[in-house]
Amino acid sequence: MKPIISFKDFSFQYNAQKQPTLKHIDLDIYPGEKILICGASGSGKSTLGNCINGLIPFSYEGKMEGELTVDGITTKDSSIFELSTRVGTVLQDPDGQFVGLTVAEDIAFALENDCVEQDAMKRQIMEAAGKVGIEDHMSKAPYDLSGGQKQRVSMAGVIVDDVKILLFDEPLANLDPYTGKTAIELIDLIKKQTDTTVLIIEHRIEDVLWEKVDRIILMDDGRIVSDTKPEELLRSDLLSRYGIREPLYLTQLKYAGVDVNKVEGIDNIKDLVLKENDKKKIRNWYEAQSKPERINDNDYILEVEHVDFAYDNSEQILFDVSFKVRQGEMLAIVGKNGAGKSTMCKVICGFEKNRTGRILFKGEDITQSSIRARASHIGYVMQNPNQMISQAMIFDEVAMGIRNLGLSEEELQERVYNTLKICGLYEFRNWPISALSFGQKKRVTIASILVMGPEVVMLDEPTAGQDLRHYTEIMEFLKELNEKGITIILITHDMHLMLEYTDRSIVFTDGRIVADKSGSAVLCDRELIQKAALKETSLFYIAEMVGIIDPVDFVDCFIDCDRKERDRGN
Amino acid sequence: MATKVLNYIPKESFIHGLSGTTKLIIFLTFSVLCGLSFDTRVLLFLLLLSFIGFSLSNIRLSEIRLMSTFLIIFLVMNFILLFLFNPEYGPELYGSRTVLFHLFGRYDVTMEQMFYQFNVSLKYVIGFPIAILFISTTNPSEFASSLSQIGVPYRISYSVSLALRYIPDIQQDYHEIAQSQEARGVALGKDVKFFERLKNSAKILLPLVLTSLNRIDDISNSMQLRSFGKHKKRTWFTKKKMTAADYSVIAFCIILFVVGMIITNQGGNNLYNPFVR
Repeated sequence: MKPIISFKDFSFQYNAQKQPTLKHIDLDIYPGEKILICGASGSGKSTLGNCINGLIPFSYEGKMEGELTVDGITTKDSSIFELSTRVGTVLQDPDGQFVGLTVAEDIAFALENDCVEQDAMKRQIMEAAGKVGIEDHMSKAPYDLSGGQKQRVSMAGVIVDDVKILLFDEPLANLDPYTGKTAIELIDLIKKQTDTTVLIIEHRIEDVLWEKVDRIILMDDGRIVSDTKPEELLRSDLLSRYGIREPLYLTQLKYAGVDVNKVEGIDNIKDLVLKENDKKKIRNWYEAQSKPERINDNDYILEVEHVDFAYDNSEQILFDVSFKVRQGEMLAIVGKNGAGKSTMCKVICGFEKNRTGRILFKGEDITQSSIRARASHIGYVMQNPNQMISQAMIFDEVAMGIRNLGLSEEELQERVYNTLKICGLYEFRNWPISALSFGQKKRVTIASILVMGPEVVMLDEPTAGQDLRHYTEIMEFLKELNEKGITIILITHDMHLMLEYTDRSIVFTDGRIVADKSGSAVLCDRELIQKAALKETSLFYIAEMVGIIDPVDFVDCFIDCDRKERDRGN
Repeated sequence: MATKVLNYIPKESFIHGLSGTTKLIIFLTFSVLCGLSFDTRVLLFLLLLSFIGFSLSNIRLSEIRLMSTFLIIFLVMNFILLFLFNPEYGPELYGSRTVLFHLFGRYDVTMEQMFYQFNVSLKYVIGFPIAILFISTTNPSEFASSLSQIGVPYRISYSVSLALRYIPDIQQDYHEIAQSQEARGVALGKDVKFFERLKNSAKILLPLVLTSLNRIDDISNSMQLRSFGKHKKRTWFTKKKMTAADYSVIAFCIILFVVGMIITNQGGNNLYNPFVR
């Protein structure tokens, strides 16, 4: 069989870069294959995808060497239009790619550009919408849809063109866990219905492997370091070596001393088969763990009492929300997109005013306090650092929050320098912000909040879209802050973050709190998981399979063991 | 949520039901006629029509309150400044000078000047509801399709409609950025002095531009990957078929324009001059 995509000694260097981003790639992909391309940030995996869909070299220019053919055409002699009729690309952020005002119009976009007549267009979009199951929402605005529905619309907008290759660039990045799971199932369904070749670029491999893939291509520093079947890759130590998180159940099996080379169905928790003596090993491991006991009986630092909220003239968003946070806690707020998590944090900061109820800081009612007054106690770090940064230089950005407090220039400098030191940014103090990486920018935004001396810091999705290394960097930094006594509240979709770093989780559904308990307890509660669009952890399956009566405790033991392993590694 | 200054307000009405092309023709007819004519009778008739059109659209005044306030302030300022800069333009134009009363210095309030300024204001008052009507009853995509219908290249017309589309998003971004800046001491509240507020608003600009640039990058990639710009032409999903109502309105516009121009130019110039005896 002839490959549908073929890279031959292919290299690419962006005009703005000193080094090539892709180096001597040789890769053949055959019609009908389903392939996962993974790698840490900067490994070149997205660049590889952009070479296939033609964004490179037609939108991002650079120097290309070697040869790349897609469906028989050599890309550099082709055009982005010719390629776009063969390769359909679903980009990372569904919100960013809607052009139509309604679902129907958005799906029709490619057809409009191809001069299809209105009647034929209507027929074709209904067919595409039917394939992804969005046909009942055709006249809605894409912005009014849920995260999962949005993803369906972007898929329909691509398959409407009868493409041969579907390329998904980090499809899970902005989705809540449950929606992520259904997205992976939907990709599989579309592949079966349309008989296309599917490429998924993603670093969250446990989530992608929920449905079978044929091959995994692992990239590092612009090269392909592994091109093999999933089970072979999982049995090797390549994932951790190249900064990719291996599936949790796999780590667990390794801790328990199970020989993963002999386990069947290792690439998917649904197919995993454990032999009797493997189960015994896991039970033994579990019994040998000391039960971690962490009690925080500090005073309450933040209390939210019976808060209702609605924007003017629109539907109510928060309903009778109450919770308490102890000083020094690290707390997760989870739930699907639009459940009211960010709104709750904005109400706490005073950005939005609650209609009823009150908010107490250290027992004192701050409901009537101004944004500025609250900011010296409670800081809020937005998800996108670009939304916060307003100065060109790091020093000025961090100093901004304390500029008009009437400090002397020396005092000001000392406070800013101290904060920069805590955040590991001291050596960059005279740098322009534009020279920093995303993770460093995130730190700058955290520093610009910390400088005001808040005792509570709330962060909206601090690790969204970050690979394992950056994730660990940011979270370890937050943990350090937490150990210094700062109370931390995190809004997150990352179930692993919740398990690994937080003491407690508050679960929101449709503007109400539906649970307030430990992360492990949340992720072992099937009913709650379904209600709040979360996803059970694979550890829970293992516990069930092995017959452990208290899966919550099992998960806690694993997390504890994992923390110890990691500390030893550092 | 951020107050929406100017955007499409989807509703059911006679005006909403017209095709975008028709509405564009109405808009152009009114603008051109209103710009060329100084004939008070023509202007008053246009004013009447534009208010009828507005009431047909089911758009409530409360939905455009911000813009209306802005218009009134603008009109008052304009009225005062016109007088201050050239109080004798009216008499010069109409060739007579009827002093109503003396103000101070060289400033006499004359009938002719007042009449002239009344006409100028009338033009704005006509233009305003028509512009609002056009923007708030035309779906941005349909707006693009109607622009391309009358010969504007579709790349340009699509960019215009995308820009209109993103106004609410950018307002939302502005709102969020402003809140986070306010937490860090950038005062933007109503109790802050106007110039202080203006200066502080500028600080929001950098983050706003950065987030908007990201948005533009995403959307332009997404459009290219779905063949935007492939052919010289494209079809439009939202294009409405022209109905009898459309044709009649267009015919009416043509008649209105021709008759309006004839009346306007009756006396050899574009003035209606009640001061000629």
